[in-house]
Amino acid sequence: MVTQTQPAFDAAAARRRCMQYRRRILDISQRVSALHAAPAFSCVEAVDVIYNGLMRPGAGSVRFRDLFLMSKGHGCMTQYAILEGLGILSKAELDRYCTPEGILGAHPDRGNPGIEASTGSLGHGMGLAVGMAYAEKLKRTGAMIYVLLSDGELQEGSSWEGAMMAANLGVDNLLALVDLNDFGGMDRMSKHHTAFYPLREKFESFGWECAEANGHDAHAMYGAVLGRTGGKPFALLCKTIKGRGVSYMENVPIWHYRSPNKDEYAQAIRELQEVGP
Amino acid sequence: MRNMFAQTFLEAAREDPRLCVVVADISPAGAMDQFRKEFPDRFVNTGVAEQIMIGMVAGMSMQGLRPFAYTIATFTLYRPFEFIRDDLCYQNLPVTVVGIGGGVTYSTLGSTHHAQEDVAVARAVPNLRVIAPCDPAEARAATQWCISQQEGPVYLRLGKAGEPVITANAATPFEFGKLRMLRDGGDVCILGYGPILKLAMDAADRLAARGVSTGVASVHTLKPLDREGIARVLCKYRQVIVIEEMVAQGGLGESVKAVAWESGAKCRLDCMSLKDEFVHVYGKHEDVLAAHGLTLDRILGFVKA
Repeated sequence: MVTQTQPAFDAAAARRRCMQYRRRILDISQRVSALHAAPAFSCVEAVDVIYNGLMRPGAGSVRFRDLFLMSKGHGCMTQYAILEGLGILSKAELDRYCTPEGILGAHPDRGNPGIEASTGSLGHGMGLAVGMAYAEKLKRTGAMIYVLLSDGELQEGSSWEGAMMAANLGVDNLLALVDLNDFGGMDRMSKHHTAFYPLREKFESFGWECAEANGHDAHAMYGAVLGRTGGKPFALLCKTIKGRGVSYMENVPIWHYRSPNKDEYAQAIRELQEVGP
Repeated sequence: MRNMFAQTFLEAAREDPRLCVVVADISPAGAMDQFRKEFPDRFVNTGVAEQIMIGMVAGMSMQGLRPFAYTIATFTLYRPFEFIRDDLCYQNLPVTVVGIGGGVTYSTLGSTHHAQEDVAVARAVPNLRVIAPCDPAEARAATQWCISQQEGPVYLRLGKAGEPVITANAATPFEFGKLRMLRDGGDVCILGYGPILKLAMDAADRLAARGVSTGVASVHTLKPLDREGIARVLCKYRQVIVIEEMVAQGGLGESVKAVAWESGAKCRLDCMSLKDEFVHVYGKHEDVLAAHGLTLDRILGFVKA
């Protein structure tokens, strides 16, 4: 096992936070309809465990010693809500989401508070993360690069060019969490792209260490990352449900890019509760 | 030119540990091989995989390194184009993307290896500066500029090997963003960029022998374009000829015509470029250029005695 000592992870607190993030995203959806609610909801627990569990604090005024890259850029509402929770992004700025007065769009932009890279076009994050991880190796900083990938973007060949180079270069400071919500924009991958699976063996045959966990169980993901053997790039396959937390959104493709109307919003708020494994 | 690039880069890399090279399966010739030996960790070969070449240089740049991406121009620019656009240009990262064999340099390899639209494609992208030096000496100066700058991405278009030095008598040194007179004249001026300017220099000699005083300018920086410098040339000479080893659409010729219109130029203006075709001709570089109509005689034919 790697020697990455971290404080104990408070799973109950994580569940409370994640419910608040979903609530915040639903609230924003009533002002701006341009947002990807369901893809954000599938990765809430995974991104939360990265920011609030795995990433180590930096020295002095540097918030984190490690870096996080949101490769599935359309999940950025989750990242924004978490950055707001951490005080890195102001409430006022998130309130100006997708307005001409604000700086935040429906995909993350490099230079905005807490945002490392401009993503949105899929299949870019793996390459960027490999370059970042290699740079940190050359600089001998010990920094870890966390990247959240979607299953859909692993259909891009560029993701596998990056996966191959990561193993060639031995960047064991690269930790990828894969949001396996089983949907692209339109279809269930396990039904229409069956050759996508098995995924674990693909990563392992590309020279990665790979583990699986329930992507809505923060404690399990936390344990799986810290329990890795190390010495290779590491991928955690996080089985998730697209739209998790709102019954009518779960596994329904239209919610990839639709916002709830007033009645749907009210129902979502009534339903919202702490999501567990 | 590629050897001069490599030599210049090696010299700078010995002083600056941030300088790195990421190539995609291109044999490290000359000084690049020496760089690889001296700094094995700072030389990365991604194999036949250009998207990760660009993704990696972007990520390395984001973490404070100064990487160059380097391979044959078609594979540097076309294959990973969206990665250049999004990762490098949208994020405005100070990375130099080097394309060797610009134009139809790889004259026996066919159109898959011809970067005949690269300058037009590169010029269209916000933040991407475009430089195409004309000889090894200018390539050295351009490389030094790319190493020194930290503002954003650059597409550096080079030839291959064996280009003659044609800038030895230039009155002024390479200056980014400014056209450079390689020789002065009074009647006709030939504008261009890249190794094709050797043809322009030969034409100028021939025209001078005919009593036509002919200048030649290297418009090495295609973006940002030296519009004022071009306007001055259009004003000074009675005839201007643009020659480029690139297609017409999106090229220097069209831009010079636009400047001519905007500046109310009165001179005669002729433009020569690669054809808007995939030409199935294999042979020496000059054979493929001739198939596109880029010949000494055609230049001379534009100038009436």
